[in-house]
Amino acid sequence: MRLTVNGETREAPDSATLAELLASLGIDGRRVAVERNREIAPKSLWAEIALCEGDQVEIVQFVGGG
Amino acid sequence: MEADKPLLIAGKPYASRLIIGTGKYKSYAENAAALEASGAEIVTVAVRRVNLSDPTKERLTDHIDPKKVTFLPNTAGCFTADDALRTLRLAREAGDWKLVKLEVLADQKTLYPDMEETLRAAKILVAEGFEVMVYCSDDPVYARKLEDAGCVAIMPLGSLIGSGLGVQNPVNIRLIVEQTRVPVIVDAGVGTASDATVAMELGVDGVLMNTAIAEAKDPIRMARAMKHAIIAGREAYLAGRMGKKKYADPSSPLGGLI
Repeated sequence: MRLTVNGETREAPDSATLAELLASLGIDGRRVAVERNREIAPKSLWAEIALCEGDQVEIVQFVGGG
Repeated sequence: MEADKPLLIAGKPYASRLIIGTGKYKSYAENAAALEASGAEIVTVAVRRVNLSDPTKERLTDHIDPKKVTFLPNTAGCFTADDALRTLRLAREAGDWKLVKLEVLADQKTLYPDMEETLRAAKILVAEGFEVMVYCSDDPVYARKLEDAGCVAIMPLGSLIGSGLGVQNPVNIRLIVEQTRVPVIVDAGVGTASDATVAMELGVDGVLMNTAIAEAKDPIRMARAMKHAIIAGREAYLAGRMGKKKYADPSSPLGGLI
């Protein structure tokens, strides 16, 4: 299925979970927050949230800023 | 001489009255060294997308430990209340902290805050349990509204973000200090050490700066200068300055002249 992750189109296996997506992208889940279709996906649910075709996923972290 | 009280923000004491940003440094390592030199205990941080093409790239948290330094997530780059709310909800999820810096900007050229949107966002954040330190204009009327809305620190601009023009409206900063019961922190506009001292001499509780340190030729030395500048201004404020006079007043006794 096709997803949009941080504005980029990505392919993922059908019914992949959020946890699987993050692992496939090589993202360390510590101090990262995830939004799915503009709703926060709590870390405790990453392993349960099954993604759907066309989902919009945002993965953010802290960076330097004033 | 009575010892100074610590800066108290949302019930937590801080020995340093300087808050620094983490943007514009050449590297996170330089940033960490400047932080050490400044003595600051709070740093502002931004929330941005993880770089998917290189997710293992070094991270801010590899250099500055959020367990030792208070991270203050900001909403820099947000031009609507909704964008700011979205950013801070993500920040809370990422870091599990309630203390945040709200800024809602109105204009690209001046980065001046949109106070109507700022106040709207502040009310929602307070209702959601956030502890809101709010970047605002130096308008005492809006400062009071933000305090009444439950913000834990009022942070008026000294001058435009990144401008280095110093405190442009000391009268308004003083009016805000006089009326406000939560900490007042001058946020933005400091260019050099004397600007920070001037702000502290007006009686503000702290100063937040980024560019003045990050864009100095020697950021680590400037960070140290700012540490001293904040202490000097605070001590001068507490000491109470002498009155200004129109003419000279000799410091040596007039009696006993030969």
